Amino acid sequence: MSILRRNLPGVLVMGIPVLWIALFMLLPYGIIVTYSFWLKKYPTFIPAFQFGNYITIFTDPQYVLVFLRTLKISILVSIASFLLAYPFAYWLVFRCRSAALRTWLYMAVIAPLWVSYLLRAYIWKTILGTEGVLNSFLMSIGLIDEPSSLFLYNQFAMVVTLTYIFIPFMVMPIYTALEKIPTNLTEASADLGMGPWRSFWHVTLPLSLPGVAAGFTLTFCLSFGDFIAPFLVGGPDGNLIANVIATQFGAALNWPLGSALAIVMLIVVLTIVSLSDRMERKGLSGGI
Amino acid sequence: MAAIIELENISKHYSPTIIGVDNVSLTVEDGEFVTLLGPSGCGKSTLLRMIGGFEEPTAGVIRLGDQDVTLDPPYKREVNMVFQDYALFPHMTIGENVAYGLKTFKLDKNTVRTRVKDALTLVGLYEKVNQRPQQLSGGQRQRIALARAIVRRPKVLLLDEPLSALDAKLREQMQIELKHLHEKIGITFIMVTHDQTEALVMSDRVVVMEKGRIAQQGRPQDLYDHPATPYVANFIGTTTFLPGTVADGADGVATIDVAGTRISAHPEIELAKGATVTVGLRPEKVKLLAEGETAENELEGKITEVIYYGLGLRISVALADGSKIDADTLLPDKLSHSTLPQVGAPVRLGVATHNIFVFEGKVTP
Repeated sequence: MSILRRNLPGVLVMGIPVLWIALFMLLPYGIIVTYSFWLKKYPTFIPAFQFGNYITIFTDPQYVLVFLRTLKISILVSIASFLLAYPFAYWLVFRCRSAALRTWLYMAVIAPLWVSYLLRAYIWKTILGTEGVLNSFLMSIGLIDEPSSLFLYNQFAMVVTLTYIFIPFMVMPIYTALEKIPTNLTEASADLGMGPWRSFWHVTLPLSLPGVAAGFTLTFCLSFGDFIAPFLVGGPDGNLIANVIATQFGAALNWPLGSALAIVMLIVVLTIVSLSDRMERKGLSGGI
Repeated sequence: MAAIIELENISKHYSPTIIGVDNVSLTVEDGEFVTLLGPSGCGKSTLLRMIGGFEEPTAGVIRLGDQDVTLDPPYKREVNMVFQDYALFPHMTIGENVAYGLKTFKLDKNTVRTRVKDALTLVGLYEKVNQRPQQLSGGQRQRIALARAIVRRPKVLLLDEPLSALDAKLREQMQIELKHLHEKIGITFIMVTHDQTEALVMSDRVVVMEKGRIAQQGRPQDLYDHPATPYVANFIGTTTFLPGTVADGADGVATIDVAGTRISAHPEIELAKGATVTVGLRPEKVKLLAEGETAENELEGKITEVIYYGLGLRISVALADGSKIDADTLLPDKLSHSTLPQVGAPVRLGVATHNIFVFEGKVTP
């Protein structure tokens, strides 16, 4: 008892977070893993240990299709974010002369993160919809005669929305990686006969790869688990895994299958994270 | 010998009030080892960076051989730089680092391999060819940076404070090695440093810079023995300064009143009678006189401090009027407390006439 009293501050400082994590993270994971092996017996579930749910996921075209679609959307979002973020971050770090402008623009990229995620996704509904800003604009310049419904409720709208929402997570790590490259390395490259493009290709790009990897990981994983964008702008065949999982726990009342889907999704994300982590470590050991 | 680098009225003005380099003209001969020496902010690095092409001068012309390269980017100039913190590529091996500069030459693989091997052998580190820069010590990285620069066989090698990141012992050793390397490969070296010993030990010619301009240039021993200004006298070696008045200044010999004593000197400038001057004395040229010993010029005072520095003693002496000068003396063979100069003891100091610097005006360094 006296030992406990003497260590009370330590027990509180360490104990409460440990308890929190155990209660709200480990326990739910445990429940989900357990459920994923159960059997559905309408209207309830019975405990079991069998792989039927997993087999369904990998054999039923319906689920395979959703997985592939989610994969495709996530990859497209990562690539789109990268193509927009890299030149922007490069310009900020190496070409922007004014430190004030650089800080201001960087803040401008990050600031949307403080706005509700739901609101930011919703904005695109008002931009891309038939009554939306894009349609009114195109009609006002006479490019189209009547509102087009092509922009909203499809995969294109999802990629645009998710790219908009997650691009800060691509800009930040790339910016940091580029900023860490000493200028004398690019100078040394020029000194050794390389023009600006070749210097970029041989020195700047390779040294910024850890940042690119981190950006891809973040945007990919965040898109992979997204639920709101497909729901708001994805349309009838824009469902992603997260939506399917939600349905299993709701309308379909198939918790075991929903749990198995969640576990598969978790494994995909963890694989990507650990791969990227390993790559970053390698990059770090090759760093300065 | 022909000129390899010619700087003609080079200026670098960052703004009308911030001036990096101010109207500098300098010619470097082929095969020479020239050092730009000065404190930080004197413009020496900016000058070097303009020769390398990393900065553009706001006025003037830079010629390499007989080519005007003033506005050429670094990758079009046949000069190479050893950067201050080496700037080795961390994502490449030592071999790849050294081979990097050969990419643009479009050589075949065997030639590249041979030249990389030769360059690394020259700096004694061929066995590190497959390691990464992070695995090497500071001194080794510095040699790799050297190998990477000379593998391209540039007309001029630029060295930006190449030894400043090394510890004292290694620095001394590298000074000699660099000097030997220069003799061996025979290309022109232009080095920037703030370390006067480094400049004196290594260079054929030292260019002392002050506030963006050249204060004085010449062979190390000429600068040491004939500094043109108190600034140079103070920057190269140590000098104590005393205010004085010219008593007589005829025919290359001047008599000057300093601290209540009349001394004679061979000034290198014309001096009018009654003019205010500053007299410079190097501690190692000021001798502690024993009883009965005489010198061309003698000064009397009291010892205020004795500093032991291994090789000898530095003795601070207050003269009759309160001004201070330093004198260095070697230690006697058998050191005993009784033979050591004591603080407070009266002393006589002797200086040879040809060892006295005389500068115009009053200087407070």
